[in-house]
Amino acid sequence: MKRLGQMKRSTRTSLFTYALVIAAFVIVQLVRTFKEGGVGSVLEGQLIPICAYIVMALSLNLVVGVSGELSLGHAGFMSIGAFAGSAVALGLQSSLGSAPLRLAVAMVAGAAVAALLGFLIGIPVLRLNGDYLAIVTLAFGEIIKSIVTNIYLGVDEDGLQFSFLSNTNQLGEGGVELIRGPMGVMHSQRISSFVAGFVLVLVALVVIFNLVNSRTGRAIMAARDNRIAAESVGISVTKYKMIAFVVSAALAGAAGTLYGCSQTTFVATKFDFNTSILILVFVVLGGLGNMWGSVIAATALTILPEALRQFSDYRMLVYAIVLILVMLATHDPTLRGFFDRLRGKAVRGLDTASIRRGGKTEKGGDAR
Amino acid sequence: MVFLNYLISGIGLGSIYAIIALGYTMVYGIAKMLNFAHGDVIMVGAYVCFFAMSGLGGGSLPAFVPPLAGTLLAMVVCTVLGVVIERLAYKPLRQAGSLAVLITAIGVSYFLQNAAQLLWSSSPKMFTPVVSRDLQVPLPGGSSISVLTILTVAVCVIIMLFLTWFTGRTKMGKAMRACSENKAAAQLMGIDVNKTISMTFAIGSALAAIAGVLYLSAYPSLVPTTGSLPGIKAFTAAVFGGIGSIPGALLGGLLLGVIEIFAGAYISTQLSTAIVFGVLIVVLLVKPAGLLGKVVREKV
Repeated sequence: MKRLGQMKRSTRTSLFTYALVIAAFVIVQLVRTFKEGGVGSVLEGQLIPICAYIVMALSLNLVVGVSGELSLGHAGFMSIGAFAGSAVALGLQSSLGSAPLRLAVAMVAGAAVAALLGFLIGIPVLRLNGDYLAIVTLAFGEIIKSIVTNIYLGVDEDGLQFSFLSNTNQLGEGGVELIRGPMGVMHSQRISSFVAGFVLVLVALVVIFNLVNSRTGRAIMAARDNRIAAESVGISVTKYKMIAFVVSAALAGAAGTLYGCSQTTFVATKFDFNTSILILVFVVLGGLGNMWGSVIAATALTILPEALRQFSDYRMLVYAIVLILVMLATHDPTLRGFFDRLRGKAVRGLDTASIRRGGKTEKGGDAR
Repeated sequence: MVFLNYLISGIGLGSIYAIIALGYTMVYGIAKMLNFAHGDVIMVGAYVCFFAMSGLGGGSLPAFVPPLAGTLLAMVVCTVLGVVIERLAYKPLRQAGSLAVLITAIGVSYFLQNAAQLLWSSSPKMFTPVVSRDLQVPLPGGSSISVLTILTVAVCVIIMLFLTWFTGRTKMGKAMRACSENKAAAQLMGIDVNKTISMTFAIGSALAAIAGVLYLSAYPSLVPTTGSLPGIKAFTAAVFGGIGSIPGALLGGLLLGVIEIFAGAYISTQLSTAIVFGVLIVVLLVKPAGLLGKVVREKV
């Protein structure tokens, strides 16, 4: 305990986050193994999506919280990862027997394609800032959705076949349709597992914490807090923002693969503006730059609609009201002061914000 | 002449986008927030007008009364709704960051959609157009223009003229401009900032009601999520023209409508939305503050 007190705050926060995720995983696994009926059929079906959304929230937090740019099209990267990864997984179904290995290869492929796309999108997007950057990411998200909806990809003995807008692929005997335009992807087997999801969450945490607590991460935050000051000390703002953006896109791509391979069928319209917003809600509710906050918010808000089933028709209404009330409560000066005092006394060690909320993300108020 | 027809329907659609975009742009200009619930106010307005029209229709009233009464009622309801939303959900967050307000606006949007679904069910309702879509005015050269399009464009022009006069000449309009320039200084000059912001929401929501009636007259299928897509597109239009600028919203809306119709007609219907957003990206790269937006210098 004494050593815990001497550690840097960033180290403590990351250790706490790892412990939180591992503890949650162990508890869920224990319940699934030893309790009759496991965690319940509803939660059981949500386990992999929760992992995918946690990774999405973490990756978006890297862009919004750490790099300070509002992105409204993050589901686009998830979509690309889901489709690219699923196509790879389907294509390898006959040649690569082991499902976990195939999932790993698919995730790497999904992450790589999403990272490449993130780089290409980043070139124009990162030239803008503020709300204009946000609207351009929204635009890219919609464009990705429209394009993916019209892709037809198939594979047979002669190799890959690709067509756009209308299906002109002539697949030979034994050919597999990988992506079927508006019909999306259909899996014969679901290869994602909760363990794989857990591993991906850990990988995402390792990547993000190592990035944030490095020289590069400090440069990214410096660029967020004051672009001009950062430039004047020789930090290439575009380069560092690009690093954050591409890493985030890659993680989102891997999360997309995880999600895609857990569904028997999914379509491109699943990853629309509403999904992007949903992930942004996780990030903002969990706290900007606060990684364990994102983990908890993503978990809680994915379970919440299911937990509200007793309200049946009213559940989404209740969800909306809860969302508004939480936002109002967390920004109420009286309540906030109360929690700050409470936190100051009790858990000095576990300060919630490893990264202070930057001025950049609060732009628009009285900047001029 | 096909070209002319597409151009006309593009301008018709663009006028609706422009009216919605005006609501976005005014709220953004003064409260510096993206009001994501704006699209759902459109939907509420359309439902109110729908029920008013079906309640009044079929009686001995002259034909123009039900649409007019429905629209006026929708405007009143939406104005009240907009002001109430602002008071309950956004005002407590005046001092918070813009992201917090954004998420709250999303919460309000979910709330309105789900409340509408509970109240009016999710099965689509066929909206009766305020003016029959079959009424056409022939143009020289063989093409024709529908009365509905003329009405839409006329309403859009009237609203534009009204807003230009309002923000330029009236005391309240001047207060709005002062608040969008610098809230603290405006307050020191004795302007009631809260009242001004409420007024902005009231005007924006009333415009949303008009836009809702016109949009549904052109595309009559009414469901609880009707407002979200035109909402997003109009928001894009507002950014396109330079968010915060009233003429910019008009220009952005018209261009967006025309591009959307042309892209759908000449390139691909499936990709028309993608093309609209592609053009937006190109415009923002060339003119980062939108077509008519003010470039704000960064001060060191």
